[in-house]
Amino acid sequence: MLRGAWKEIRHYPSAVIGLVIILIYAAISVYTVIAIPYEEAVRLWRGGEDIWGDNPRLAAPTWYNLFRKKKLPLTIKMDDKHPSVKDLGYQQVDDDLWVHDLEYAFDFQADEFPQDVALFFQAAFQKKAPYVSIVWIRPDGKEIRLEDLSIRGQRQVFLVSQAQRLHKKLRLPEGMDPVVPLFADDYKSENPQVLKGTYKVRLETTLFEADSTINSKLVVYGKVHGWAGTDHLRRDLSVALLWGAPVALSFGLLAATGVSVLTMIIAAVGVWFGGWVDAAIQRITEVNMVLPVLPILIMVGIFISRSLVVMLLVIVALSIFGASIKTNRAIFLQIKASPYIEAARSYGASDLRIIFFYMIPRIIPTIIPSLVLGIPSFVFLEASLAVLGLGDPVLPTWGKILDDARVNGALLQGHFYWVLLPSFALMITGIAFAMLGFSLDRIFNPRLREL
Amino acid sequence: MTEQVMTVGSVEEPQKESQARGGTPTWIRVLRYTAVRIVMLFITVVIGVYLTILIANMGGHVDEIRRAQIREHVALMLQNDPTFRALPPEARQKRIEAEVRKAEKRLGLDKPFLVRSFIFLHQALTLDLGRAENMTSDSGSRQVRLIILERLPPTLVLFGTSSMLIFFTSLIISLALSRQYGSFWDRLFVSLSPLSAAPGWFYGIFLITIFAAWLKILPFGGMISTPPPETTWEYLLDLGKHLILPIAAQMLTSLFISVYSWRTFFLIYSSEDYVEVAKAKGLPPRMVERRYILRPTLPTIITSFALSLISVWLGQIIFETIFDWPGLGRTFYQAIQVFDTAVIVGITVLYAYLLAITVFLLDIIYAIVDPRVDVGGVQSTTA
Repeated sequence: MLRGAWKEIRHYPSAVIGLVIILIYAAISVYTVIAIPYEEAVRLWRGGEDIWGDNPRLAAPTWYNLFRKKKLPLTIKMDDKHPSVKDLGYQQVDDDLWVHDLEYAFDFQADEFPQDVALFFQAAFQKKAPYVSIVWIRPDGKEIRLEDLSIRGQRQVFLVSQAQRLHKKLRLPEGMDPVVPLFADDYKSENPQVLKGTYKVRLETTLFEADSTINSKLVVYGKVHGWAGTDHLRRDLSVALLWGAPVALSFGLLAATGVSVLTMIIAAVGVWFGGWVDAAIQRITEVNMVLPVLPILIMVGIFISRSLVVMLLVIVALSIFGASIKTNRAIFLQIKASPYIEAARSYGASDLRIIFFYMIPRIIPTIIPSLVLGIPSFVFLEASLAVLGLGDPVLPTWGKILDDARVNGALLQGHFYWVLLPSFALMITGIAFAMLGFSLDRIFNPRLREL
Repeated sequence: MTEQVMTVGSVEEPQKESQARGGTPTWIRVLRYTAVRIVMLFITVVIGVYLTILIANMGGHVDEIRRAQIREHVALMLQNDPTFRALPPEARQKRIEAEVRKAEKRLGLDKPFLVRSFIFLHQALTLDLGRAENMTSDSGSRQVRLIILERLPPTLVLFGTSSMLIFFTSLIISLALSRQYGSFWDRLFVSLSPLSAAPGWFYGIFLITIFAAWLKILPFGGMISTPPPETTWEYLLDLGKHLILPIAAQMLTSLFISVYSWRTFFLIYSSEDYVEVAKAKGLPPRMVERRYILRPTLPTIITSFALSLISVWLGQIIFETIFDWPGLGRTFYQAIQVFDTAVIVGITVLYAYLLAITVFLLDIIYAIVDPRVDVGGVQSTTA
């Protein structure tokens, strides 16, 4: 019957489409787990500023540009070892005074202003901290002195968007981002346009010790990033989107299989032994059907643990005594009465042998459609918990992205990609399993096949 | 998620046992059956509520937290008391212990949790819902009863409207489709049924994205604009506007699957021999539909209707959270977040009672509308 089913599936286009999508998801999952191992994924998702500090905040996916007339900029980053950085000379001016000039150059061709410009500094010195002047040179030759600052820390950052003194010096109107005058053709006009061309940043360093050094890095934050964009913490969403696939698939598959198989075994045991065993199972089922599953899961999540494994176990435990036990029971009652079971009993087959080798195999075909149809509901259950803020504390999942997006007002601020990408991932998974499941239902349920 | 109340194609249970009991008079069997059923349902409710109490108190852990809070509070209070500071250390310790014991006694924390859990159970089952620990109703009351009563109407408005709409629309559409099996509309509804794989809140996010964030023609969520409109007409209009997206989201997730399963169900019943006979006799199609298709499927329709009504009561936690709907589901979630055991247990016990009553009434209605149901027999476990 199972072998015949494979042949039959080919006659159902929706089943084929569903199956192909599921296989693609499975391939993506395998690729993800190999390419970004678990530890690496957790590091990329929970690591901290060091990992994602160079990414723009809330950047759209790069393919947004395909649909836009005014192209959004990509992030440009280079450190002082980059080939396009020109060393303008290192020289001793006095006994304890050295001057070292560097010039960064980058080409800017986008139609929109970048999100921000940042310079990261790192200095080594004994007593007296080095001093840096930052000069911005526009393609039209205009020079703007951005800031003079002494570099004391291991990781000191100069952010143009937060440069108060620059804002004051340029006499910008209230609320105008200082990034605009750096890049605009005429920032005083009503609708300033981006001046395209080669921009330069000159760093005029003054050192006060012979072996004092200074390292720097320039980041011009764009407005698009990767194929998935970034979130409010500058994290690359592609990590979470990719890792969402194996998590969702294995969660759905494990939960659905666990529930179906255990339900089947419990129903079979109840029917075979009958009497008080059967009665007890029936009563437990009735109690269980009154229990509200989601509230209990939420309580477990808040009061006990949010780990995905704990959630999985609780979900399975709450679902095995579900309504399907009654359906299975009805079928098993028929099977129990059939002659071949009688025959097995007469030659002395053990209880376990009859249950596992003679009764359960008969019912497997009817279980498969409901198993496949059950997978998306568990995938969405995980997402539901995540949307309530009860997602796994470590793993990146689709539901967690949706939750982050919702909490940070992604829709109100128009960051549609943040919501739509994980939604589509969830949606397509759900529909694929549903399409396959409905077709399997028709294949294995002869009464439906005629319709 | 889906309304798969109907187990299409399932096999009927053998009815041998019920025939064996033919000896006892009917009314005794009915009475015995009713009594057993009530006892069983009550035990079910008790177990469900007790489990909720255990989980909501983290098996007694919440008591520990509360004790620690009391101790800290007492110590802080006494620190500010000059007569206390003048006491020697041992006397101070004694004083703290005495105050802590007084406070614990006042809150009933002096008894072990096991005893307390049964006190809670008794209070819950007698619907003595008590006072909330952290939450208040909008009118400022701490009575759990008032909090629930205040939150119930929004939930009933939203889920009542959407369940009714979905139930009757799907019934009407599916009857129409089963008449024209294989037509364009039939195939359209069948091929759209996988949409039910996603829950309502999920479509909610989509609809909010399109109609609130992008087109900006409908509100993001909530039930009434702030400030609320003055006249009744404007109020209703505003409410309607806020209802559109949630109801549409509910429709997307349940309508197609509902139509699909009803249609399949009707098709199976309309291929029965007696329907063919009725058609062959030349009865008008409407009559065939009413008498030979709808009549035997009535019990299933009623069950499904009752269960969809009962699901209205608890609302949907996530759905209300997404749409910022001030109903019971969201209140339940808020109560869990602030560890407000009294509110959690209060909502659960009401729900459990309602469900139990519905299941019981369904059993009786079944016996009335379906002559095949043999009361007291094997078939009776319809829950």
